[in-house]
Parts: sequence; structure tokens; C-alpha cells
Amino acid sequence: MPVYTVRRVLVAVPTLLLISLILFLLLDLAPGDPTAQLPLTIPPEVKENIRRSLGLGEPIHVRYLLWLQQFFVNEPLHLMSQLTGIDLGGDRHRVISWQTRSPVVDLVIERLPQTLWVVGLSYVAGIAIGLPVGIVSARHQYGWFDQLGTFVSMVGFSVPTFFSGVLLIVVFSVEFGWFPSIYDTTHRVTGWDSLLFQLRQMAMPVTVLALYNAAQISRFMRASALDNLNLDYVRTARAKGMSERRVIFVHVLRNAVGPVVTVIALGVPGIFGGAIVTEQIFKVNGLGQLLITSIQASDLPTVQTLTFVFAVLIVACNLLADLLLGILDPRIRYG
Amino acid sequence: MGLARLAPLAIGAFLVSVGAAAERGRDGHVGIIYWQAPSILNPYLSGGTKDLEAASMVLEPLARFDESGNLTPWLSASVPTVANGGVSVDLRTVTWKLREGLVWSDGSPLTAADVAFTAEYCLDPAGGCSQLAKFDDVTSVEALDDLSVRVTFGVPKPYPYGPFVGATSPILQKAQFGDCKGARAPECTEANFRPVGTGPFRVTEFRPNDVISLEANPHYRDPAKPAFATVTFKGGGDAAAAARAVLATGEFEYAWNLQLAPDVLRGMRTAGKGTVVSSFGTLVERLVVNLTDPSPQRGETRSTRAHPHPFLTDLAVRKALSMAIDRKLLVEIGYGQAGRPACNVVPAPEIYASKANDDCLRQDIEGAKRLLDAAGWRPGPDGVRQKNGVRLSILFQTSANAVRQDFQALIKQWWSKIGVETELRNIDASVFFGGDPGSPDTYQKFFADVEMYANNFEGADPEPYLGSWRCGNEPRPDSQWQGENMPRYCSEAYDRLLAEMAETGDIAERARLAKAMNDMLVRDYVLIPLVHRGRVSAHARSLGGVRLNTWDSEIWNIADWHRIR
Repeated sequence: MPVYTVRRVLVAVPTLLLISLILFLLLDLAPGDPTAQLPLTIPPEVKENIRRSLGLGEPIHVRYLLWLQQFFVNEPLHLMSQLTGIDLGGDRHRVISWQTRSPVVDLVIERLPQTLWVVGLSYVAGIAIGLPVGIVSARHQYGWFDQLGTFVSMVGFSVPTFFSGVLLIVVFSVEFGWFPSIYDTTHRVTGWDSLLFQLRQMAMPVTVLALYNAAQISRFMRASALDNLNLDYVRTARAKGMSERRVIFVHVLRNAVGPVVTVIALGVPGIFGGAIVTEQIFKVNGLGQLLITSIQASDLPTVQTLTFVFAVLIVACNLLADLLLGILDPRIRYG
Repeated sequence: MGLARLAPLAIGAFLVSVGAAAERGRDGHVGIIYWQAPSILNPYLSGGTKDLEAASMVLEPLARFDESGNLTPWLSASVPTVANGGVSVDLRTVTWKLREGLVWSDGSPLTAADVAFTAEYCLDPAGGCSQLAKFDDVTSVEALDDLSVRVTFGVPKPYPYGPFVGATSPILQKAQFGDCKGARAPECTEANFRPVGTGPFRVTEFRPNDVISLEANPHYRDPAKPAFATVTFKGGGDAAAAARAVLATGEFEYAWNLQLAPDVLRGMRTAGKGTVVSSFGTLVERLVVNLTDPSPQRGETRSTRAHPHPFLTDLAVRKALSMAIDRKLLVEIGYGQAGRPACNVVPAPEIYASKANDDCLRQDIEGAKRLLDAAGWRPGPDGVRQKNGVRLSILFQTSANAVRQDFQALIKQWWSKIGVETELRNIDASVFFGGDPGSPDTYQKFFADVEMYANNFEGADPEPYLGSWRCGNEPRPDSQWQGENMPRYCSEAYDRLLAEMAETGDIAERARLAKAMNDMLVRDYVLIPLVHRGRVSAHARSLGGVRLNTWDSEIWNIADWHRIR
């Protein structure tokens, strides 16, 4: 397996380089202008000057190579200097956002906490709800619980978050006043009271996203468990007089959970991508909001860096999913 | 405004400040929400309104505009004029005197050297300064002594209030930005995110594109202000959510620029938690008529003055297009409290606003038909008017947004009533306004017959704005399609008035010239004003002191804000 892992990682390098090139070309060739959002009262000569100061006067291949150097050489060097305290090239240019004129990586790091809190927690909640619901639904197929579960996951699947989010705000913020409609990213948890506030402000966005995630995962779990429940080995186990608990949790679950783990692992990059719509609605201002505002402002360095980081995460999680499957299912061996 | 009229206000303000315990930070915390999040707090590296206004709590100019567009001294002791000797008789130099005893929020004194440095910072060619136009024709800015600074222009400047005036051109601290000039400007993240200022607040935490936390500046010049100890300036989301946070849930106390459908705002207001306020600047939604031929057959010289437009060069047609429009209905549908019908391209300030064109307020379909009949445009078999084989068929373009699409549909309907056929196009705003010379869809290239957008002028002086429509300022291939004269208008009489204005320092005379030029543009129907658009914001009922200002930063007087108990 180590050989396999190394080979996969090596293959990933050219793939990612190719992805970064395609991203860069796509972003650069798409229409849009970083000065388009400025008021019309700013004259065109000044706008041209701004574009030049952003480096847009350079030809495209120079700008791409510059980005490569900034991202793959200067940023790691900067990170090393930060960690070790030794100056390894502090004067080198980092990837700078056009909008904020500050290093993009710092922006990403600043936004990670709220995205992980809200989107990550909702993913965990989605798994915690989805897996048991899927198993129970499969065990009692077409029973009342299964019907209810099907209905709820239908709702979770088909109601878009921009609708359910606003609905929750109108009901619980405007009518009842229980939860804040605007997420306070400067809030720090220092004690019980502030923890309570943090939970209150996370309640609505996490609910909205967890419903969606749980819907997805419970359907996968149910389908996978159903596949196994009809197999001969289950019948054999039951015929041998094994308790139902043992049949489900030891035999069926072990076999059924494999494909679901793949689905869950592939969903992880989505957490870092943030939930663009939900973050926007609740003003969580995490990575998703950073991406969308950067796209709107044609802030190419930020968009390029963010989308590339997502690409890396997707490739990495793919690999992780394959390796996990190997551990869970001893029949799978990579050579 | 006379002193006599100001007196009751001053007494009122005095009573209020005596009534409350006059102590800085007495009213605790205030929350402001902008649905566009500020990215940077240096106005010279960003032109975005959200950034300018956020920075206006910290950085201040020498003079700014009050809510009626009048110039008011801010960091300067008075506004220099020819009368008080601050402006030289040849109109080439201005001497600003700073107020005495001003200090930065770090406790160090503000001097004329900081002012001179600010000019140096923006004028550095490698810096990409967004406010460069404010420093047009400036040849030098020098500190004469600690408190006086002289600005010299290369040409006579009848209106010298560009540099250091308004939220777009505040004073930066030399000590902080000294190493940040030119190409190094973007590297100074710390300075750009937490500028040292003279304003009522200073930044404690800045999260770009998210939120700013501020606290009262301990060195602010008025010991009784600001009334609030801390400010949270949250950004992001959309206008509806911002309005909801102030009007319905009361989580925030001030929400900026609520461009919402009139009925949505009305619904939220019923909760009774806040007030909607509006104020009108110079923003006018207008139709621009192309006087040149945009036909693709013209190739390289498409939409240039080489080829006059086949029918829009006829004044009768342009006038009929304007007469067919019901501006009141447009306002009602698109803007409600945030708009009023417009007949002028210079709608404000009061002294510059012409009253000669108010007949446009009445829609006159029959009159438009008669006009076209008289000009020889007869309805063809399909109902579209034509003359000598030329059909009145118009391509009408604008940027994509819900209100503009509603307007397009209505205008198309009205024009079809007078026998004009209209094809509609809408283009993504970032492309339309993007100015990319490679794109055929920009508002500068104007490859259409009519286009619609809104524009305004900054500050309170319309001269540069009226200068947009001078001969030769039209976008064309050899100017890389840059220029502001979108209709490709060219009138010797207009250019003469413009030249006269450039030499006139007297305000009343300037106003007369501005009105005359406005009337020419409007009476020639090359610009067809539709709606005078205002700014609509909302504040909680408990928030006092808000004086909505469209001439400067909207929150220009945040030092005076207080809580009403």
C-alpha cells in the first residue's frame, strides 16, 4: 500500500499543475475587470493606472508563472519563516488579493474558523443523523419510520437552502426573536455565556445545512444497507439464531458502510469550499463568501488561489477515500 | 445659508448636548450594517463606496460637504476662497490652514507635512491611486509651516476643492504611510487595514470583506464625542437582510443603501423598530441616444462620428422618444421613496438645478405621434414608422438588473405606441461597465442605438461632469474606446460655454452656465433623464443624530450620533 500511495501522490502533481493552468486560463479569459465595481466618477485613465499597478499590463504567461512562483515558493517560505522564526525570504512577494491588497493565504486562514465551525459542524451533524436514520429505515423498509425518513430527506434534498434559510430567519429571528439572523464572526468563546451565544448563532445555519447533508447521507446508507440485508449471508446469520442487533451492527453495517464512507470523504472538500449560499444568507462570511465576493470583484489572485486549494483538497480526499476503503474492506488490496 | 437660519439649529444642538451627560462613550455600542463588506480602509487604494465610507469614521479630509452639498471646514480652520485670501487671485494656488491642536489617534500632532505627504502618496505614478483625478493639474503641495499648506495648480482652477476635500481624499499620517509609497503601497497591509486617523473612531480589528470593530478615539478633538464607545461595522449579505436586521429584528441600528423594491421596505417598516430615511444627490438614471451609426456594416468605424446615425440625428425622433415616457410610473415601479422623476442631468445642488425642462414630467403619446407625423415619419404596414426606407427600429441596451429590465419593458411598450420598434439587450454589469476595449458590449463602445444607466458627479461642482460631453471626448478606436461622451455629442456652442465656465470663479455665474449647458443637453434630447435616484438608508428609532448625506460619506457625522432614550 505505501508504494501505491506514493504513486498516487506522484500522479497528482502533474494533474494539479494542469488544473491550476486551466483555472488560470479560464479566469483570465472570462470577461470581467477588477475596476468595474468602482464608481463611474473615477475616470478611465485612473482605472487604467490601477489595472497597471495590479500587474495586468504583463502578458498572460508571465502572470501565470508569477502566480506559480508566489504560491509554490514564496508562500511556503513565508509559512516556514512564520513557524521557525528564521527569516527565509521575508521580502518575497506573496499572493496578494486585488481587493484587499493583503496576502490571500492570510484571508483564507482568517476565514477557516467560522467555516469549520458552521459548515464542518453541520457535516458532522448530518453524518450523525444520516447514518442511524439510514440503517433504521433499511431495517424497517416501508415502515412508518422509513416513510417519515423518506419524506424528510425529500424535503432536505429539494428545498434549496436559500429558501429554508430565509424561512428560518423570518420565523425564528423576526417572529420569535430566538436566534440572531446575522452571524458575529468577532465573537470569542470565553465562558458558558459566550458558548451559549455561539450555539445560538450557529443554530440556524447548522440546521439548514445539516438537514441537507443528513438527507443525502441517510439515502446512501439506506440503499447500501438494503443491498446487504437481502444477501444470503444475512439470511444465514439469522438462521443460525444470531440476535438481530448482532446481525445489523456486526455483519450488515461493516459491509454496508464502505460505499458510504467514500461518499462522506468526497464531501469533505465541500466543507472547505464553504456553503456559499448559506454563508451569504446568515452572513457567516467564511470561505464561500470570500470566494463569491472575489468573483464579483474580479479579484483573480484570490479566486485562483481559493479554487486551486479546493482542487488540492478534492484530489487529496479522493486518495483518502480509496485508502480508507482498503482498510475497511480487507478484500481490496492495492498493488 | 445665513447665520440667522443656523442659530435655532445650533441652540437645539447645544440643548441636546447639555441634556445628555456630555461624556465620551456614554452610549455604549452601536451596530452598523453595510450589505457590501469593506475590503480595505485606504481610500486611495480603493474607489468603492463601501471602503470610503468605512474609512470615513477614521480618516478625515480638510473640508467636506454637509447634507445639503455645502462645503464645510473639517480639519481646516476655514474653507479658503478668493474673498478670504485663501485662493490666489489668479486662481492657481490655494492655502489651507489647519485647525490648531489636532492630534492623530496615536497622540502625535497632525501637521501640514502630513497633508503634503498625502498628495505625494497619491501622485506617485506606480501606486495606482484611485483618487488621482482629485489631484488633476496639481503641480505641487508644500507645507509652509506646521499649520498651513499650499496647493499649486498648473492652470487656473476656478473650483480648487479637489484635493483633501470629501471622503474620497482624506489625510493620511506620514509616519504610518511613509514607507508605503508607489509600488510598495499594496505591501502595507497593516497600515491599509488599520490606518491612524483623526476621526472619532479607531480600528481595533479589521477583517477584510467581513467586519470592522472600532472604539472611540481617545484623542478626538471634542472631549464629549463620540457618544458611542464602540462600533461594529458588519458587511456582507444583501440589502434585504440588512434592512431586516434594522427594521424587523433590531440587531443593528443603521443599514446603508437599501436598494429594495418599494413594497418590500414598506412591509418591513410595519414592525416599527426603525425609520427609513432618503436623500438625493446627483445620481440620474438616463437614456443615452447614439448620434452615430452603430451598424455592424460600418466595421472599424462603427459608432464613431465618421457615420451619423440614420434616424437618431433627427431632433423630432429624439424628442418623441422622450415625450412617450411616463417618468412618474417608472419611479413608482422601480424606486418608490428612493426616486423622483428627472428632467435634468444636473439635478442638484439646488443652485445648479434648472427649472426649464419640467414639461418632461407629463407623458404625451399623442404629441409624440404628431411630432413624428410632422417630421415625415409615417407608419408602415407593420405599424413601425419609416421614411425613405429607414425604419424607426431601435436596439436598446443596459446592464442586467431587475429594475432596469422592468424599465426596458415599459419603455419598449410606450415606444411601440408611437410606432417605434425596440429590441432589448441586457449585459452583465461587470462587462457593460468594465471598459475592456476588446469587448463589443461595453457602454463606451455603445454598439446600440439607445442605452440606459445611471451616473452622477462627485462633490458639488458639476464642471468636470459637464465636460464629459465636449467635442472630442467621445470613445473611439484611437482613444482605446475611452471617454465619457457616450452620445458622441458635438456642439460648438456647448464647448464655448464650457470654456467660459473654466475661467469663471463666481458661484452664481457658474450656476448660470451649468444650467445653460444642462438645458442644451436635455433640449437636444441626446440625454433623456428618467429618474433622479436617491440614497435610502434605515436607522433604529433609538439612534439619534443621523443626517443622511449623499455628497460625502453617508456616515460623515457619526461623531454626533447618540442614543435616544
